Amino acid sequence: MSRNNFSRVPVSQKAHTVKSSGDLSGIGSCVSIEINEKKVSVPLGTTILDACRNSQVHIPTLCHHEDLCVAGVCRICVVEVEGMKTLQTACTFPVTSPVKVKTTSPVVRKARRRIIELLLSEHYGECCSCIRNGNCELQSLAKEYGVDNYTFGHIQKPKYEADSSSSSVIRDMNKCVLCRRCVRTCIDLQEVGALEALNRGNETMIGTFLDKPLSDVICINCGQCINRCPTGALYTKDPSDEIWKAIDDPKKHVVIQTAPSPRAAIGEEFGIEPGHSFTQELNIALKRIGYDKVFDTNFTADLTIIEEGTELLSRLKKALVNKDPSVCLPQFTSCSPGWVKFIEHFNPEYLDYLSTAKSPQQMFGAITKTFYAKEAGIDPADIITVALMPCSAKKFECSRPEMTDSGFKDVDFGLTTRELAQMIKEAGIYLPEMPKSGFDDPFGEASGAGLIFGATGGVMEAALRTVYELVTGREVPFKNLVIEPCRGFEGIKQASVKLEKCVEKYNWLEGVELKFIVAHGTANAKKVMEMLQRGELKDVHFVEIMACPGGCLGGGGQPIPTSETIRSKRAEAIYKDEEGLPVRKSHENSHVNYLYENFLTDGPCGELSHKLLHTHYIKRGKFIS
Amino acid sequence: MYPHLTSKEKRGGPILFSGYNRGEGIKKAFSLKREDILFEIKTSGLKGRGGAGFPASTKWMLTAAAAAEKKFIVCNADEGEPGTFKDRVLLLEYPALVFEGMIIAGYTIGAQTGIVYLRGEYEFMLEFLEEYLIEMRNDNLLGENILGSNFSFDISIRLGSGAYVCGEETALIESLEGYRGEPRNRPPYPVNTGYMGYPTVVNNVETLSSVPHIILKGAEWFRKFGTDKSTGSKLFSVSGDCEKQGVYELPWGLTIQELLDFVNAKNTKAVQVGGASGVCLPKSQFNRKLAYEDAATGGSIIIFNKSRNMLKVLKNFMEFFVEESCGQCTPCRVGNVKLLEGVEKIEKGEYTLSYINTLKELGKTMKAASKCGLGQTSPNSFISILDNFKDEIFYPNGKRSKL
Repeated sequence: MSRNNFSRVPVSQKAHTVKSSGDLSGIGSCVSIEINEKKVSVPLGTTILDACRNSQVHIPTLCHHEDLCVAGVCRICVVEVEGMKTLQTACTFPVTSPVKVKTTSPVVRKARRRIIELLLSEHYGECCSCIRNGNCELQSLAKEYGVDNYTFGHIQKPKYEADSSSSSVIRDMNKCVLCRRCVRTCIDLQEVGALEALNRGNETMIGTFLDKPLSDVICINCGQCINRCPTGALYTKDPSDEIWKAIDDPKKHVVIQTAPSPRAAIGEEFGIEPGHSFTQELNIALKRIGYDKVFDTNFTADLTIIEEGTELLSRLKKALVNKDPSVCLPQFTSCSPGWVKFIEHFNPEYLDYLSTAKSPQQMFGAITKTFYAKEAGIDPADIITVALMPCSAKKFECSRPEMTDSGFKDVDFGLTTRELAQMIKEAGIYLPEMPKSGFDDPFGEASGAGLIFGATGGVMEAALRTVYELVTGREVPFKNLVIEPCRGFEGIKQASVKLEKCVEKYNWLEGVELKFIVAHGTANAKKVMEMLQRGELKDVHFVEIMACPGGCLGGGGQPIPTSETIRSKRAEAIYKDEEGLPVRKSHENSHVNYLYENFLTDGPCGELSHKLLHTHYIKRGKFIS
Repeated sequence: MYPHLTSKEKRGGPILFSGYNRGEGIKKAFSLKREDILFEIKTSGLKGRGGAGFPASTKWMLTAAAAAEKKFIVCNADEGEPGTFKDRVLLLEYPALVFEGMIIAGYTIGAQTGIVYLRGEYEFMLEFLEEYLIEMRNDNLLGENILGSNFSFDISIRLGSGAYVCGEETALIESLEGYRGEPRNRPPYPVNTGYMGYPTVVNNVETLSSVPHIILKGAEWFRKFGTDKSTGSKLFSVSGDCEKQGVYELPWGLTIQELLDFVNAKNTKAVQVGGASGVCLPKSQFNRKLAYEDAATGGSIIIFNKSRNMLKVLKNFMEFFVEESCGQCTPCRVGNVKLLEGVEKIEKGEYTLSYINTLKELGKTMKAASKCGLGQTSPNSFISILDNFKDEIFYPNGKRSKL
């Protein structure tokens, strides 16, 4: 139970939690309890909340989130437990004896309603002018409990100025209900610790270290806090007004690239069950909105694989053949901008381990404003590149000063799934009913390898398909190209594949066991970095890290709510789409090959590709000035 | 040397102030079996003196029964309840009782470490207490193999930083661990999962101080004082409108009126029993007994005479809670603000009685739904003052104040 890192200022909420019930249920002991006079049997240690949910008894919650440890601070879920003087929170109360629980007694109903009214009295703003209108847990609770007036008043003036210093995440504490989900997300789920509770009593607020602007602290822009905020206190910086302006400007050529994860999740914004992708419908919808071209980010995902794979092979050669001790292995992926900022803050001494390859988003921007502009005969100054991403950190990434290798801002706007859904709705389009269409050329073809970038392990799987085949001349030895060890939501996955009967060019790799690690969520990234520091990764060659739990499909720009079930459904949708694709290996993408033949003529990791497709990183450190 | 140590008059009392020789309690305790000590404490009926009144023996037994490689005894010296200043007297005048109570507790439950969580405002006594601990170590009353036994125990003192909520045992533990002082969810209780995750007994200074006497003179002797349900004596910190403010040790069960007479209080209108989180009683209830089963208190007795404005008294209390709520749970964080706003509305005469009744209802919800004792008790004074002094507050000069 004790927390292992006592030097950190932000406080883990884990010690407040109930002991895990897992080991108790393992021995099979059950308790018979009464919920509203109905007998049920539950494993010892189950919380009252879980016991009720399993018996179809609804308990309202606000500070509770299934991805996070319990807090028990909002008190919405209070229930009556016979023999206890006070009401107990269902989310924190572990059943260890045959208790009798009442979930809708007059005392309970009154308490819940009063608590909602108290929250509303301090909750500034009106629902109609809120970004979360229609998808707000406080609003739903008010409706559920029939709140029809502000019994305890309603705050008329904002108490705080919204912090819009970050390029990704905006914090408006006037709408905060102090459920602390963001704090728990930041410190416990992601182990970043940019957010914490400040002050005391009614001055309590969620803030940063010394209440500095978010842009000045160690926030990695992952946006996981947004996905778990029950209200409109946290949201992304929305560029859609500027995009609309560009679309309405006939001189501007507005192109959009769509990443695989938003396509697998955007249906949720239109009331569709998670697990359905709307890739082709989205193409039509985007055209109807007025985008001039719709491209597939998977195209540059393939390009990333070629560049990153080539880089890996050259690092391997330097290490294995030239015995160069300065080579940094394992090579870490660099396509997750949240992860990149994480390592820049927390492990800046290991930046050389990162692949220098840009993320697919940034490669796309650079290629669009150079190669595409030339091919299409458009002045790159008139091209506006928009990237539909599942990610809030992509907004920060595209505004990094080094991301201007095309001579312009490579990607003008990062747009999240939620923001695009809003644009589509505003354009009067119901996405699920759109006809289907493919992508525009010349970046319309993409392989399945690019598609699976959306799920944790996808980059690794894609890279292995290409690297293995390049080295041995044969397909990866996995049935149907599905590299199972890369899939699934386990925090850190380790596996290896042996390189045998290599082609002549790569005979120096003969017999090498290619070892790789896949991790998602920066809490797991931190563990991997600790392994690296302890020297445990000496024989590992390649590490994929995604900042968000589940990978991109769980990104900070994805539809709200999120949960492990929702994320795994999105993953299923991506994998299902992938199996149906004709081309499933990056190096077989003919458009990518065309690009190398006609534009990046000095090949992968060549001079031009180094200029356009590779980048460098900044040692930020974790100390805030 | 320590001018603040001198008291106005020689204290006397049946138990705690009855005189004590350093080391006596430990010596006797070491001659007893752990089970016997537990039995003795249980028989004595000793309950928590900080205000909550939880049986000390239950905490000890649960901790003793918990299997863990380490256990802790924490002495709660975060005496923050407004109007309470008894622990300060014990710490300054009877430190041996406090520390030996901790040692006996440690011996009984199998803990080797004791921590005194001293309220930040008591920093002035830190040096004195540290020196006292050194003396005890020199006399082999603390440290390795105490008095030649095979039991080792040591005590350290840690300072709080002035947060009222840190007197709540789980918030105190959070604070000890170096975190923001906020109450934890219970269960799990500290007796299982306390300081650093280990079983921990958190006892008030006065509770621990009673232990050596109980061990020396026996549970039956202890039970002779007080009532059936409130055994022993209590230190009352008496302040306000009376001639003899101070700390007095009196057996449980005396009436409020008896206490008022004892301190020469005249023209008393109201007595706040139990500090800001307690209840405010009018003259008609002065015949109530000071005991866990009737008018319970952690020691604070604040006396108000006829010249006092009860609404101002209430406002003062509510301002205190608005400031001292830890801000974690909704009912306490926002509820106290609403109660204070209600008081301000009454002050200005801009209220309706129905809204005041809604606020009283809110107070009941706060008592039922707050996470810790702070929010569960903060509406006490609001409800009791508005109920018990409604004529004065709502009908001054016999008329309803402005609507």
